[in-house]
Amino acid sequence: MNIIVCIKQVPETTEVKINPETNTLIREGVKSIINPFDMYAIEEGVRLKEKFGGKTTVITMGPPQAEIALKEAISMGIDEGILICDKAFAGSDTWATSYTLSSAIKKIGQFDLILCGKQASDGDTAQVGPGISAHLDIPQVTYVKKIEEVRSNSLRVERMMEEGYEIIETPLPALLTVVKEINEPRIPSLKGMLRARSAKIITWTQKELDLEVTAIGLSGSPTQVVKIFTPPPRIGGQMLTGEPREIAEKLVDLLKQEVT
Amino acid sequence: MDYLLSEEQKMIKDLAHRIAEEKIRPQAAKYDQSEEYPWEVIKVIAESDLFGLFVPQEYGGMGTSVLNLCLATEEFSRACGGIAVCYAASALGTFPIVLFGNEEQKKKYLPDLAKGKVVAAFAITEPEAGSDASAIKTTAKKQGKHYILNGLKHFITNGGDAQTYVVIAMTDKTKGARGASAFIVEKGTPGFTFGKKEDKFGIRASSTRELIFTDCKVPEENLLVIEGLVFIVTMKTFDMSRPGVAAQALGIAQGALELAVKYAKERQQFGRSISSFQGIQWMLADMATEVEAARALVYSTARMVDAGVKDVAKESAMSKMYASDVAMKVAVDALQIFGGYGYMRDYPVEKYVRDAKITQIYEGTNQIQRNIIALQLIKEMAK
Repeated sequence: MNIIVCIKQVPETTEVKINPETNTLIREGVKSIINPFDMYAIEEGVRLKEKFGGKTTVITMGPPQAEIALKEAISMGIDEGILICDKAFAGSDTWATSYTLSSAIKKIGQFDLILCGKQASDGDTAQVGPGISAHLDIPQVTYVKKIEEVRSNSLRVERMMEEGYEIIETPLPALLTVVKEINEPRIPSLKGMLRARSAKIITWTQKELDLEVTAIGLSGSPTQVVKIFTPPPRIGGQMLTGEPREIAEKLVDLLKQEVT
Repeated sequence: MDYLLSEEQKMIKDLAHRIAEEKIRPQAAKYDQSEEYPWEVIKVIAESDLFGLFVPQEYGGMGTSVLNLCLATEEFSRACGGIAVCYAASALGTFPIVLFGNEEQKKKYLPDLAKGKVVAAFAITEPEAGSDASAIKTTAKKQGKHYILNGLKHFITNGGDAQTYVVIAMTDKTKGARGASAFIVEKGTPGFTFGKKEDKFGIRASSTRELIFTDCKVPEENLLVIEGLVFIVTMKTFDMSRPGVAAQALGIAQGALELAVKYAKERQQFGRSISSFQGIQWMLADMATEVEAARALVYSTARMVDAGVKDVAKESAMSKMYASDVAMKVAVDALQIFGGYGYMRDYPVEKYVRDAKITQIYEGTNQIQRNIIALQLIKEMAK
């Protein structure tokens, strides 16, 4: 079973800061990590390989330092890492990103399964995984919490719903996005870390993927971010003190004022 | 302080740190209370390859380096001295095989120990033979192609849970300490059973148990080296393992110090955090300095062992003695900084006091360590 895991490097903090002029993330001074949901995709890929054999490849689109994320995936047991890196890819929305990643997957060639985290913790769109499957014209199952059965040409999975779960069978190749209930990502082994240290990361640019400049990056992105802003913090409430009766009276007065 | 660790050593430290924070610390109180053997955590450590740190590469390990072992033990101990000793005691039981085992013995036992599939234990102590190893009563009588073991070992760390035991027994009583030999005994060997499991003050996640030998038939090929070499086997083993006990003490001290600093910053009295009081600041400063001095001594000794320096008995004893005395003092001071809360078991700091105490006692009491140091000093002067 050949598996491709798509991952994204994200800022560690949950309080993402945005540059108001460019409407992009401020990455300086913030530690980068693998998107937490992608860790489950990596773990599931490694577990499937350990059980059924085959090759696992991890890919990411990002700046040169995203190589660290690929190496971390290798330390957890992934075989190979591919970095899709070019200034031409900058400013990609989810459409251009999924198009670029799907082109890289086509270049990899033969695969049975693509695994993604359900969404990235910075953008929270949950669109790139499904987008890849659309560009590749393969089935997708989102929010997978368990792979129940693996057959030679199909999979049976449990899909997390708001109430309960669905059981879905899909032919292979397919794309799954996974939720955190699917597994517990492992701590890398020392041998894995040593292997990752010396692993050669393959880098593909716009040229290697043979993509039209108009189809990628900012110009290939139909979504244009008009404005990103931090909502103003909530103004603190007012505390009323005194005896219950007094407080009730004060409250009624305040509400009356509010209405008028 | 920067100890100029290699990239690989930093990797080991970071990996052990991560295991300690994610898998050990959240479980420490549970195992301290239940006194169960922490198999769940041992499995995580095994999967991380860190059991390989005391086994040569040709037997499936990561190469033997005492410093690497110390780095891992220190990090584990920061989070729980009890779980860390399960790990370190396996190293202690493995060292005699690494140092003195023949090819067959190494091939048979080391790969599983390196993978952490099984853990090891070293059995020398008896009810009447603690610091005085020449008083060992357990006997091993040669009978055909076997040795017949009879006797009782007690206070054996990993006892009952380990699979591989290195057991010291008398093959020739008339020769005293020089009549003792070391045997590899596997759990499950007929005649080898387990007795009382101790209810301990500290390091409660680790098992400490009696080993009972009743006409236990051990194949002659399980003898380590030759008869009567125990003195050398134990001395060389302890030279390798004492920095590990020192690292355990160091980790406990570091862990207690971190708790104390954090608490001192949080705890408000007289309208400000107690860390703003000079009385507390001076305590923290002394604690931190002593921890750093202990670390410098432990790492330097470990580096000497790794470099193959022949006689490390003095430095090995110094690092074990000093680091464990520091651990005890720092843990007690940390508890003091926590005040009344520190005395309560709802807070983690009292466990550090309990875990620290044993490091002054086992693997040679600190009084015995001082004997070793003094003897070396006098010997050196006589040269």
